[in-house]
Amino acid sequence: MQLKGAEILLRCLQEEGVDTVFGYPGGAVLPIYDALYDSSIRHILARHEQGVAHAADGYARATGKVGVCIATSGPGATNLVTGIATAYMDSIPMVCFTGQVGTSLIGRDAFQEADITGITLPITKHNYVVERTEDVARVVKEAFYIARTNRPGPVVVDLPKDVMEKSIEFSEGAEVNLRGYRVMKGCNLGQVIAAVELIKKAERPVIYAGGGVISSDAATELRELAEKRKIPVTTTLMGLGAFPGNNYLSLGMLGMHGTRYANYAIGEADLLIAVGVRFDDRVTGNVNTFAPHAKVIHIDIDAAEIGKNVNTHIPIVGQAKEVLQAINERLEPVAEYGEWHRTLDRWKQEFPLRYGSSRDGRLMPQHVIEKIYDLTKGEAIITTEVGQNQMWTAQYYKFKHPRSFLTSGGLGTMGFGFPAAIGAKIGCPDRLVIDIAGDGSILMNIQELATAVQYRLPIVICILNNQYLGMVRQWQSLFYGGRYSNTDMSAQPDFVKLAEAFGAIGIRVNKEEELDDALNRALQATDRPVVLDILIEREADVYPMVPPGGSLSNMLGGDDI
Amino acid sequence: MKKHTLTVTVENKPGVLTRVTTLFRRRGYNIESLAVGETENPTISRITIIVRGDDRILEQVTKQLYKLVDVIKIVDITEERSVERELVLIKVKADNNVRADIVQIVDIFRARIVDIGKNSLIIEVTGDSSKIDAMVESLRPFGIIELVRTGIVAMVRGEIK
Repeated sequence: MQLKGAEILLRCLQEEGVDTVFGYPGGAVLPIYDALYDSSIRHILARHEQGVAHAADGYARATGKVGVCIATSGPGATNLVTGIATAYMDSIPMVCFTGQVGTSLIGRDAFQEADITGITLPITKHNYVVERTEDVARVVKEAFYIARTNRPGPVVVDLPKDVMEKSIEFSEGAEVNLRGYRVMKGCNLGQVIAAVELIKKAERPVIYAGGGVISSDAATELRELAEKRKIPVTTTLMGLGAFPGNNYLSLGMLGMHGTRYANYAIGEADLLIAVGVRFDDRVTGNVNTFAPHAKVIHIDIDAAEIGKNVNTHIPIVGQAKEVLQAINERLEPVAEYGEWHRTLDRWKQEFPLRYGSSRDGRLMPQHVIEKIYDLTKGEAIITTEVGQNQMWTAQYYKFKHPRSFLTSGGLGTMGFGFPAAIGAKIGCPDRLVIDIAGDGSILMNIQELATAVQYRLPIVICILNNQYLGMVRQWQSLFYGGRYSNTDMSAQPDFVKLAEAFGAIGIRVNKEEELDDALNRALQATDRPVVLDILIEREADVYPMVPPGGSLSNMLGGDDI
Repeated sequence: MKKHTLTVTVENKPGVLTRVTTLFRRRGYNIESLAVGETENPTISRITIIVRGDDRILEQVTKQLYKLVDVIKIVDITEERSVERELVLIKVKADNNVRADIVQIVDIFRARIVDIGKNSLIIEVTGDSSKIDAMVESLRPFGIIELVRTGIVAMVRGEIK
């Protein structure tokens, strides 16, 4: 059968189980868009390629499937870059198809030419330039295989226009041919047994769980381990939802803006079971004083993460799910740990997350998050932007399920949350999807309101509006003598009118009494997005806090409000 | 810090060398010497990399390299019995008064003169680093005009275990 490169591409996508792609057309991808015209694949048209990438990323995070992007050559491709880097840092499976100028023009600085494989080299798991139509099927197969196996990540496939236009005799059955890439199966049983022995002997164990638990679909196994052995669990930002936040063994998040009791537990633990984590600086603070009394069991699919930042006593390379299963099989249930649990309970009572009352009569952001938690019963998919809005959400929304908290953890990309919410809602239309935003972040991808309106997506955007770039202002206040250099954002649009201009619903919340009603109205929307412009205390801070490079045992704030 | 010789077997495809070298730069490791070429199998290239670092750095380098899809195999042959060779071309000032002295040095090092100019000679020498360094030092007093080295290539002795 004679097929064009673009038709082969779409056929291969369907073979990979893709029914939805996110994209933005342009000159170099005209052949692909022409083929899409007759295809059953659903194409979601964003309004900026950064929105395309974050939406595909949010879709992948919420569903566990591979997110797929299409963008044109040159600026289309470079606009994807932040989204690709975001996915790379958080190990999200994505395949991005970029248009490229015709093969005869490559390297001649042609119109809308950019070396996207060169540009994305350090932020992709792998990337390809497809030079022959004959290679399209194999490359697509390999790209998906690489993106979703082992430690997931984004793959870029650059498609010159003539490669997409050319017709060839197409035969099915392309195979992956990667001798330098093996999918990790199983794990070292000797190491598992050694880990089990350590767990049996531990008196003050703590589980430190991260995004790897979610991508490995290991939340059930993690919970089994924790409940069987009564081991308290703290999660990273990326790990929120990997263990129910309302479980009695949950210590919440650890690290820079973690709970005091989680950080103190790390300081006192004699055994740290680290699962699907990478000992990021925002978690460890000063690595020399991190978990000083603990032996470390580190479970990760990526061998390069083991021993990268801290020394490990028992490294186990493998899928978190398989490794935890192997460990659980070898452990008997125990009763409470007694002394250790009493200590943790005391810390929980003495140092809970808390916040004071408003100093300027506006709403307290923490209260807003608690309210959203109550109204959604912890069952919504929550996305965030980056900064204070992200940290307050991480602290005060008790995530119960994996894949319900979508946030840019590694790269810290402002403007991520809203397009990610679009992707999540497309992937999970029956779930409630809420983007918790700041007034700075939301403006970075506000154009996507047009997308959400076009597809009639009832997403709720809660802008925690303090008219500041709040987290930067907080650091300026703490570490730069209160010199608020360029963080005052009070020159801002009327978000209610802005929402209405896009065809969305806009509601302003000036005071606490209005919050319930506004949230209820927003949650009842069925056919369009709702923007809630919630005026919060201008100088509310995120506490407690470990100053950068400090020790977890030495937290600022949150104890004396 | 100890010097390590890594032989890295990779796919013989465009862009693979860039992937390897940018990884070193990105992770902050310095390449001291690098040589690359096709092997007995034309679909495979071999890169010989000399890198300095303690065990921890070497472990990270190796693990990060393995994550590159185009990298097939990495062997640290530092502790192996191996042959290491580098080829160097040296253009040295040589008028009639000193030519005989230079020829003598060339003989001692079993090097070769590959070009004779009016006032210069090009010498080709092959060997391990210590031999080449000694040769360069011996020629320095005559005046080295230009020098180019290929980078070290290496191979483990005997049969593969």
